[in-house]
Amino acid sequence: MKNFVYVLFGLLFGFVITKAEVISWFRIQSMFRFEEWHMYLVIGSAVAVGALSVQLLKRSGARSLAGEELDYKGKTFHKGFIYGGVIFGIGWAVTGACPGPIFAQIGAGETPALATLAGALVGAYLYHANKSRLPH
Amino acid sequence: MEWLYEPWTWAVAGPLIGLFVPALLLTMNGKLGISSAFEHLCMMLMPKERHAMFSFNWKDNGWKVYFTVGIMLGAYIATRFFSSTDVAFLPEQYHSLGGVITLFAGGMLVGFGTRYANGCTSGHSIFGLSILQPSSLKATLSFFAGGLLYTLLSSIL
Repeated sequence: MKNFVYVLFGLLFGFVITKAEVISWFRIQSMFRFEEWHMYLVIGSAVAVGALSVQLLKRSGARSLAGEELDYKGKTFHKGFIYGGVIFGIGWAVTGACPGPIFAQIGAGETPALATLAGALVGAYLYHANKSRLPH
Repeated sequence: MEWLYEPWTWAVAGPLIGLFVPALLLTMNGKLGISSAFEHLCMMLMPKERHAMFSFNWKDNGWKVYFTVGIMLGAYIATRFFSSTDVAFLPEQYHSLGGVITLFAGGMLVGFGTRYANGCTSGHSIFGLSILQPSSLKATLSFFAGGLLYTLLSSIL
């Protein structure tokens, strides 16, 4: 049942990001070339709504469906946020896809995106195989 | 209802994407994020003896594979039933052997980079910025620095 809810959330998310075309290589190119504001406005308005919602949830003391306290804990910074972030940014510009959109491109019938996914799995494996040697 | 079949404006899509933050928190106490699904998929493809290397938290992140299955379905429905034209998301040159090799190499950077940075555009740039987390702002600025650097260099060379 729980897993069905996650599939349903993913379905709605995939639908919205596809209709917004944030899964498009062309849109990513236009963003990094500053040719259109679409991507910046999508991300900016998403963060504005997300941040406002979190403030409202915090102030109202809302709890999850299961009655737990909501978990807003962020991630602890290490150097990988910078090094890994830059590496990912390059990959984002090359493939025209960040992780969510890789799956959306596949669902949208862009079969070459299967190569992007295969590469991403190898990349994630290589990170874990080498993480003790990387600066953190 | 015609607008449904056209590409959506940022003013509709952006706020809807932002609403996934409170929606996931309130229903499942889950934090929006996708890139850790790569680890989960790696583990599904590898023998159990080697799972320890991932130091992966199944309890917190195990749901993301279901989420990615949903993303594929949602994108399929959006393009198959809710699109007035055939929209290409990848350029023609990527539909070739050279293109597939480029995508594989770029994908490696996405997989390696997001796991090294402990998050991607959804986990850091949407969720992390929504909770006003400084480390996620640093990650987001790094994502853009990498993308801008590559775009600049590739247009010069």
